[in-house]
Amino acid sequence: MEKEMYEVRFHGRGGQGAVTAATILADAAFREGKDVQAFPIFGVERRGAPVAAFMRMDTKPIDLKTQIYEPDSIVVLDPTLLDVIDVTKGLKEGGKIIINSSKKASEFKFGKAKVYTIDATKIAVKHGLGTKTNPIVNTAILGAYSKAVGNVSIEAIEEAIGEKVPRKKEENKKAAREAYEVTRGE
Amino acid sequence: MVKKVIYGNHAVSYGARDARAEVIAAYPITPQTQVVELLSEFCASGELKAKFIKVESEHSAMAACVGASAAGARAFTATSSQGLALMHEMLHWASNARHPIVMANINRAMGPPWNIWTDQNDSISQRDTGWLQFYCSTNQEVYDTTLMTFKICENDKVLLPGMLVLDAFVLSHTSEVVDMPLQEEIDEFLPPYRAKYKLDLDDPRAFGGLMFPDWYYELKYKQHTSMEEALDVIEKVGKEFGDRFGRYYGLVEEYRIEEAEIVLIVSGTIAQTSKEAVDILRKEGMKIGLVRMRTFRPFPKEKIRKIASKVNKMIVIDRNISFGSEGAFFTETKACLYNEKDRPMIFGVIIGLGGRDVTVEDIMKIAKKGKEGKFKVNEINWWGVKL
Amino acid sequence: MKLTIPEEELMYEGTVDCQGCGAGLAMRYALKALGKKTFVVIPACCWSIIAGPFPYSALQVPLYHTAFETAAVVSAGIKAALDMKGIDATVMAWAGDGGTFDIGIQALSAVAERNDDIIYVCYDNEAYMNTGIQRSSATPYKAWTTTTPRKYPKARPKKNIDEILVAHDIPYVATASVAYPEDFIRKMKKAKDIKGTRFIHVLAPCPTGWRSLPEHTIKLARLAVQTNIFPLYEVENGKYKINIKPKNPKPVEEYLKLQGRFRHLTGEDIKEIQEATNKKWKKLLRKEEFF
Repeated sequence: MEKEMYEVRFHGRGGQGAVTAATILADAAFREGKDVQAFPIFGVERRGAPVAAFMRMDTKPIDLKTQIYEPDSIVVLDPTLLDVIDVTKGLKEGGKIIINSSKKASEFKFGKAKVYTIDATKIAVKHGLGTKTNPIVNTAILGAYSKAVGNVSIEAIEEAIGEKVPRKKEENKKAAREAYEVTRGE
Repeated sequence: MVKKVIYGNHAVSYGARDARAEVIAAYPITPQTQVVELLSEFCASGELKAKFIKVESEHSAMAACVGASAAGARAFTATSSQGLALMHEMLHWASNARHPIVMANINRAMGPPWNIWTDQNDSISQRDTGWLQFYCSTNQEVYDTTLMTFKICENDKVLLPGMLVLDAFVLSHTSEVVDMPLQEEIDEFLPPYRAKYKLDLDDPRAFGGLMFPDWYYELKYKQHTSMEEALDVIEKVGKEFGDRFGRYYGLVEEYRIEEAEIVLIVSGTIAQTSKEAVDILRKEGMKIGLVRMRTFRPFPKEKIRKIASKVNKMIVIDRNISFGSEGAFFTETKACLYNEKDRPMIFGVIIGLGGRDVTVEDIMKIAKKGKEGKFKVNEINWWGVKL
Repeated sequence: MKLTIPEEELMYEGTVDCQGCGAGLAMRYALKALGKKTFVVIPACCWSIIAGPFPYSALQVPLYHTAFETAAVVSAGIKAALDMKGIDATVMAWAGDGGTFDIGIQALSAVAERNDDIIYVCYDNEAYMNTGIQRSSATPYKAWTTTTPRKYPKARPKKNIDEILVAHDIPYVATASVAYPEDFIRKMKKAKDIKGTRFIHVLAPCPTGWRSLPEHTIKLARLAVQTNIFPLYEVENGKYKINIKPKNPKPVEEYLKLQGRFRHLTGEDIKEIQEATNKKWKKLLRKEEFF
């Protein structure tokens, strides 16, 4: 039987919007008819500290209320986390990793995982999202996710941004779109 | 109808908004804060016409609701854990004074040590305060239950306060799809609260003054019978809600119990996860079903007896512990079956205290162990304890 | 003679307060001032009993009995409901010193900080009288109570609740006395017309707890003012006004000696109390001068 549930883990630092990213992605998938869940790591969030968030989607209603241990893909909002934590922990074989980085994907090696990179920081700054030292990259990286994974459309993500992002909705949509355009899918 | 992907906490806020709560008094506590933040916004924007009293403690939150309800307003609050414990005195007050206040409690473990994650010891500790208690398992149910609780509690036969309960983080901070009916439809389901007894300038009376033993006892009798009447009201309101909005609720949710030889008795989000386990086990050929306990007070004794009469074994999974005794649902389940002729074997399992994750594998293993009769019968079975 | 006190009685006769109870008298005056459109909230205190057992009520206005520490916030809750219902009325919390100075101060402080629209009256009999005369933080220095025996009378002065309320920047704080009904009623009426939190602190002698004669209640309440032990003043929007300034204040001893609770005082003690009273009075005069 083909597995229809799809699970994503987001890594970021407190204040970067990893939880919002998970929520936007869930909202977008919901717009395409999926049942969805998004949740933070059930912990105490502090600015700058590593945080994780999760998104679960399925074509069938989701009953599962557990944490996610074996995600299908992983999104890394802050490349400095790569040195601090094992971002690939539990990643399913053949899973995908989307990293916010100015480096090329080929410069990263995570077993059999397929790596995608996007300079979300640059895109965020360009669109006036956050500051240079504290860019809000969560919407840009979702554009990259859409292209790389392909199970949530960029249009749905744009709509979800309109719903879930409180300020600079248009700029955020543009950032997502730009990231989507420059990311090379499979 | 609006469908949105929202936090469990926000499902509470939307529920209170759509129920047109008139007076809200609350004090922030993790993991409940989003409830009051969104309600503050609703009140500030005029989206909800209500007075929001930003009190200095949960004790005062409940006291303010008591005052508001006494004067005939629809009153609402939300809290969690330590906050609920601080309210304790006023929980009795609200119930004894027969105020149909509605409260959301986010199930969080009690300290020390500090722990912000989920278990039911906070709400279970308030079991004898005379509040109806509903345990939710999805954000949709949280929203729906907020609306239904007002209707149930304000019913003349009930006139008692009600608490809806949702798991910290697993629901409170988890975004899920929630379907919210149109306001006109909700207003039809839940008309404005017209208090039968209230503080009234035209009919000045004293409420709550000294009462001697000659009548106090009778009042307690009436409070209890109202609680029992609530059983029927809960089912009727759940049915009406279903007829109107397509989602039916009862005292318990029965899941695949047809021809079941063994059933799990579970509440809160563990029950949702357990459904997955039941599906897998059924596929494997085990005759297993699940009873999700929505209502803890009043306790649905008849329902449990009926279900118990058809099965060989019951496993009660509790995310709470009454120290020196056992899990609360376990105790209650056994107690209502004691005088039954044919009663199943019942095991009690304690799990997931302080927010430890409960997985499908856990439930499957518990079910298998129970089926094989390998649990202790007269003792607590601690699941996954590392000592 | 022209009657300055409203004739209408909103309190029934035959209440169960002790002989010479200052608290009973205080309520009678307060309701005369506020009139029929008043909701009364009473926490645990002597008045929980005075108001009468089920099915009786001593009052001709709606009355809600509530838990000890909640008078202020239950009143705020009632007021919020009345606002939602469009009912224009006064809500009065009526609490003893225990429910105000001690267990109720948290909720009271919060109500005052939010400036919730209620009148809070503390009838102060200077100890937990309803439970049988245990010390409260309103009990005066060196007084006897059942928890401060004569050998170890209260070692600390009375808490200055009025200044605590003034510090909350509420529109109106006033002290009052059952010995000065015109002053008390004027203050209650004034409070009624102000929006926001209004705090009235009325000294209510308690013959049972003070170990005084019932017929001395008014005399004691008057002496408390005349000795400057309990000055009558009001603070309106931060502005102080002392209502009665005794030309030649009487020695505190005259007040103390009529009360059994001070029977054990030595000459030294009385001297100390006199000095403290003088000092406090001077401070109040200064406040009036500067604010």
